[in-house]
Amino acid sequence: MTRELTVDLTSVAGAAVLRPGGDIDMSCAPAVRKAVANIMRDRPERLIIDLSAVAYMDSSGIATLVEALQQSMRNKIKLVLVGVTPQVHSAFEITKLVSMFTIVATLKDASNA
Amino acid sequence: MDREPCISVRLFSDPKLLSPIRAFVDGLSKSIGFSEKSRGLLSLAVDEALANVIRHGYSERTDGLIWLNIWRLHEPAGLRIVLEDLGRSVDPTLIKGRNLADVRPGGLGVHIIKETMTESKWEMRPGGGMRLTLVKLLAPEERENSSPTQSENCTP
Repeated sequence: MTRELTVDLTSVAGAAVLRPGGDIDMSCAPAVRKAVANIMRDRPERLIIDLSAVAYMDSSGIATLVEALQQSMRNKIKLVLVGVTPQVHSAFEITKLVSMFTIVATLKDASNA
Repeated sequence: MDREPCISVRLFSDPKLLSPIRAFVDGLSKSIGFSEKSRGLLSLAVDEALANVIRHGYSERTDGLIWLNIWRLHEPAGLRIVLEDLGRSVDPTLIKGRNLADVRPGGLGVHIIKETMTESKWEMRPGGGMRLTLVKLLAPEERENSSPTQSENCTP
């Protein structure tokens, strides 16, 4: 059951909101990485990555988010993850990266985190 | 391994096949009695193992061969999964998960495999390429859901 990746970009209260949908694995992590890089070039104050439609993420996806975190710190952009599904949360836990990210439950929380 | 595997799959080193293989591993492990969380971790470990073969063994070529053989284990109950390839061989002692305190992208796959599986062992294949043996045992609470019928099917 292949879940094709989609990447939507919107704006909420001045924050860029990236919403990937589908599975993020080795075959489609580059598309997310490219989308993040494009947003970073615009230097928003805040980048919210909404993962509520991501049912699966492997280490390629996690590496993409770590890269995004490092870029955001260099560019002084606040990066917030929202809607982390149980499978994705497990992957963060195994790699002991949960504490590195600001993770919140809702988009409203993400605007204030 | 003295018995024939329950299931043998031959696939190409194409990242587009990762998703169907994950679905296949999830379905198989569900039929054996693994919990939803264990199934997710098992699928993740197999995905990471295949991704490592594609990335490092075949340098992202999509026409390399990979064999996925699966055995059902009894007493203790679980699964043994063996992945073999004909890609670049590496000294198994050099295959290590990275220090997680060093926060950077990449190098997480081996750590995930070691962390999620009961056993994981990399070897160089005598004919070239690598062999990875993964074992995942059912947790005590999962054994109640284990199906004996499946067990008979897997024992020639």
